[in-house]
Amino acid sequence: MELVIAQDLTKTYGTGDAAVPALKGLSFSVEKGAFVSFIGPSGSGKTTLLNLIGCLDKPSGGRLAVAGIEISGFGPRDGARFRGKHIGFIFQSFNLIPVLTAFENVEYPLVMVQDVPASTRRERIAALLDSVGMLDQQKKFPDQLSGGQKQRVAIARALVTHPELVLADEPTANLDRDTAQTIIRLMKKMREDLQTTFIFSTHDTRIIDQAERIYRIEDGRLNSNGNQGGTSHG
Amino acid sequence: MANIWRIAGRNLFRYKRRTLLTLSLVVIGIMFVTIFIAVTGSFKSMMIGQITDSSLGHLQIHRQGYLAAIDTLPLTMNFKPQAVKKMEKALQEIPEIEAYSPRIKFGGMFSNFTETTNIRLNGVDPEKELRTVPLLPTRITEGAKTIQKGEILVPELFARGMKVKVGDTVVIIATNRDGSVNGKQLKVGGILESVTGPGGRDGYLHMEDAVEILRMEEMEISEVAIRVKDFSQLNQVFNQLNASLGQEKNMMGKPLFDVSTWEKLSPFYNIARMIDMMTLFIKLMLVAIVLISIMNVMMMAVYERIREIGTIAAMGTMPGKILSMFILEGLFMGLAGAVIGGILSGAVIYVANMAKITFDFGRQTGLILSATINPLDLITVSGIVIVVSILASFQPALKAARMDPIQALGHV
Repeated sequence: MELVIAQDLTKTYGTGDAAVPALKGLSFSVEKGAFVSFIGPSGSGKTTLLNLIGCLDKPSGGRLAVAGIEISGFGPRDGARFRGKHIGFIFQSFNLIPVLTAFENVEYPLVMVQDVPASTRRERIAALLDSVGMLDQQKKFPDQLSGGQKQRVAIARALVTHPELVLADEPTANLDRDTAQTIIRLMKKMREDLQTTFIFSTHDTRIIDQAERIYRIEDGRLNSNGNQGGTSHG
Repeated sequence: MANIWRIAGRNLFRYKRRTLLTLSLVVIGIMFVTIFIAVTGSFKSMMIGQITDSSLGHLQIHRQGYLAAIDTLPLTMNFKPQAVKKMEKALQEIPEIEAYSPRIKFGGMFSNFTETTNIRLNGVDPEKELRTVPLLPTRITEGAKTIQKGEILVPELFARGMKVKVGDTVVIIATNRDGSVNGKQLKVGGILESVTGPGGRDGYLHMEDAVEILRMEEMEISEVAIRVKDFSQLNQVFNQLNASLGQEKNMMGKPLFDVSTWEKLSPFYNIARMIDMMTLFIKLMLVAIVLISIMNVMMMAVYERIREIGTIAAMGTMPGKILSMFILEGLFMGLAGAVIGGILSGAVIYVANMAKITFDFGRQTGLILSATINPLDLITVSGIVIVVSILASFQPALKAARMDPIQALGHV
């Protein structure tokens, strides 16, 4: 079953003579439960594509459906509602809220986005923090954690709402090689445990092989149509 | 909601020094306003109390047009017994009235047998007068603290000028309503301290003596002074009196009674209004302080947290919740400022009262400052601060709520 379907997807910034095409007619699909990577050099359109899939931006043309819902016409409010329900985000710079502990950072989307009751929250967060190996660090604030630990918390935060899709934009760019490998393996493990689809962008050759399917973007176009990655889909 | 409060509180304490500086500005502003209100309010209520309780009364009733001609104290504008009865009936029907005192006001000649001068006099029923203006005895600096028949209370400066003292015999001569002149010997029963306002330098004598001097066949009344049980009910009583007496017309079909509060009768009311105006300006200054300081700190907070706003927006936080998060931060600061400012103001007022600070007003010296803050004033000031805090946070909060998540996430 296909979770993401893009047909002739375009995105152009600016208008008239100043128009800059970022995506030039991309068509692809991502199956539910897949572990997919979009790779390409800086400025190739990876982040733009993730922004479109994540309802953070609107395409200029083409069709884009996520979880069976056509999202290309969503406004800011519909987009926010959709993200809160269906999508989790992992950022390059972790983007944890500095005034909240690890536990509270994971709790944040449940409180502010999904209004999950306290009793359910506690159990769910503890289980997730345990899965990412951060249960014993749950009371620490972000500035007391290492980069890898922060990204583990960010993964737990992205998954806590039980999203169908997790988007990770350069999730290992700020990590050393070993930690990057660990984080990618953790993401895969979480995919296997929760059957959540992961799409991540990267130009980090150290982790590309971890993807099960790899799309290469260059100059706003797909140059490979989902090559098989280094490991198979479990 | 508790979580949003927790996040707001923690966000404020990210930059402790900045938050404390802003908070201290708000607290100082609140303290300044509340202490100003307490001190000026105390001064105002003390002065109003002095004026109303020592000569004027809280309200007065005259014949329509009498006040315009009060300088000449016209006997022709006195109330006849029938009108007095109507008035007394109306007064007795209002339970909020504590006491009232009918007065015969007239001008006469005062002679010490060697010199003669003119004097303004009030003929009163001592018992009613003392219940209506209970501070009158405190004005009697020499002699018995009451008004006996056959005696006169002479204003202090007047007594000094005419060189009379307690126990001296003087003569009061007055022109009667029919134009004839009559006189009566009276003993100086006491010397009366002057007070600010109309009637503050009048002499007092017993009502029966006034009737005798003016050769009244039946008692005619110039004015009725009224004291209400609770000063805050003044306007209510005023309206009730107007409602009950306003229907009474004279032979010309015009209203017979003219009910006035002390505000219309005393020039001190203008000073009281000036104090109110100053309080209003001080409150406006507080608004400006709170508005500028909280808006400044909230704008900085939004600017510093652009990336964070992008993150929470990306997670699916609705713009309304982002708005409320930032508004809560401003509200938090306003609430904290109001509570701390209120407590510190109370402490300063308490200390000021314990120190028994004295001040002078006119000829009255050594008045002890008794600063009190009305809870309603405290609530009003706190309310202003809280509302302004919300308003000051609104624009930065709106900016945060409307932020484009992509731009915010890309902010460096």
